Amino acid sequence: MPVNEQSGIPVWRRRTTGESLRQWGMWLIGTAIFVYCWQQISEATTWFFVWDAPRIAGDIWTRATPPRWEYITQLGRPIWDTLNIATLGTIIALFLAFPVAFLAAHNTTPSRFLIRPIALLIIVSTRSINSLIWALLLIAIIGPGVFAGVIAIAIRSIGFCAKLLYEAIEEIDQTQVEAITATGASRWQVMAYGIVPQILPAFAGIAVFRWDINIRESTVLGLVGAGGIGLQLSASLNVLAWPQVSLILLVILAAVVISEWVSAKVRGAII
Amino acid sequence: MSHRELDDMLGKRWRKPAFVPNPLLRWGLFAGFVLYMIAAVMTIEVNWARVYEGLDRGAAFIMAFTSPDFVSRAGAIWDGMLESIIMTVAASVVGIAISIPIGLGAARNIAPLPIYLICRGIVAVSRALQEIIVAILLVAIFGFGPLAGFLTLSFATIGFLSKLLAEDIESMDRVQAEAIKASGAKWMQWINYGVQPQVIPRLIGLSMYRIDINFRESAILGLVGAGGIGATLNTAFDRYEYDTAAAILIIIIVIVMALEYLSGIIRAKVQ
Repeated sequence: MPVNEQSGIPVWRRRTTGESLRQWGMWLIGTAIFVYCWQQISEATTWFFVWDAPRIAGDIWTRATPPRWEYITQLGRPIWDTLNIATLGTIIALFLAFPVAFLAAHNTTPSRFLIRPIALLIIVSTRSINSLIWALLLIAIIGPGVFAGVIAIAIRSIGFCAKLLYEAIEEIDQTQVEAITATGASRWQVMAYGIVPQILPAFAGIAVFRWDINIRESTVLGLVGAGGIGLQLSASLNVLAWPQVSLILLVILAAVVISEWVSAKVRGAII
Repeated sequence: MSHRELDDMLGKRWRKPAFVPNPLLRWGLFAGFVLYMIAAVMTIEVNWARVYEGLDRGAAFIMAFTSPDFVSRAGAIWDGMLESIIMTVAASVVGIAISIPIGLGAARNIAPLPIYLICRGIVAVSRALQEIIVAILLVAIFGFGPLAGFLTLSFATIGFLSKLLAEDIESMDRVQAEAIKASGAKWMQWINYGVQPQVIPRLIGLSMYRIDINFRESAILGLVGAGGIGATLNTAFDRYEYDTAAAILIIIIVIVMALEYLSGIIRAKVQ
């Protein structure tokens, strides 16, 4: 217990002198790094625009309200496309993530030193790159449109789904697997009757959870040309049609809230 | 299974129990799913000729990963990466600092009702708006540059971290906090010695995770002019310089992997 002597009376304190010095040094380094970063940002900023910002914000607000409600008739098809991008992308991703997860899990991988690292690399690399970047890349390869969006969402979701799924596989009850093995089941039968039933609830939960995230992501994919409601958003932004922009943002907000509600309900029903 | 009488089951072949027990619901879901899939696939327009044409470019891109070009655009890559990292660090520091009081305010067992509602409102708004949409609006208001990206990431961090922190505080052990209160501690002391030690390991873990997310997000903010590596990446794709794009993507993946490894170590240390 660190104790401080104050006029002969020992008083409790939280850290020893060495500890508090080290703590202080860490704070100093941290603050220095932050100040350096702030200075860099500040140098790259045109401060005149920043002081002017409240006026600009007020100006945009007056232009954007009220939203142009009648524009909503043109948004039906883009919303349908957005829904399709998210749903089809999630389905494709799940099909691809399933084998990857089995190859990546400790207890089911065929080879711990050869195949597991490859599966983990697939998971990390698809997860660390944003769906907008995948969309950008796919548009350069297969051309703009909904299809590029579907594939972008699918690729992006593989890592996420496979990671959660292989963690679920690693947590399964091994005794059930052993019971199935003891009956003389083949490798595939063990998988179908011993492992899959245990991870099915987790799988369904992951699917709905990712679908919810994908709805969010697919609403902005159109900004780079990959279809959906983002296409309308970027078109409206380009012609400075602020009343349309505000309506689209409201629609996106509603879509996000609804999808979150659906996903919470379904997950509540499963788990 | 349990509802069926043993007599009914005797002498019959065993069948796997279905995931959704109610047959009407099961077939209804299945039929709805098939109908939706048909409708969705019908409405996606895929220009297969264009896709076929693009396969060569796709192959070229995958080949580019085997020979990434770090050198010829080294200056632009370095500047962009540095800006991304600076934005990540500054936004994480500010975001975490702001999300702690908001997280305290959004915990029902600490905050009075009016403050709770305000803080929950802030969290809800921040979570509902995607980073890229916030970035578009902030670029319009504050002008191009890393300041808009910094503000976007800070704003997104607040929603994410405050919500999880508040949930953690709400599920803390009341006994410890009450013991501190019983010793006659003031409000600040109560938070500092009764609440903080219980939530700090998880807060550090979540902060590390958020830094990871912030870095990944900072890679796309450049697409809308909010600074960072995204602008360089976009230019590389537009100019079909796949080897440079591959180099940038590899750097992003490596940094994300390093951050994940680091956060694993830190989390193991604090828990």
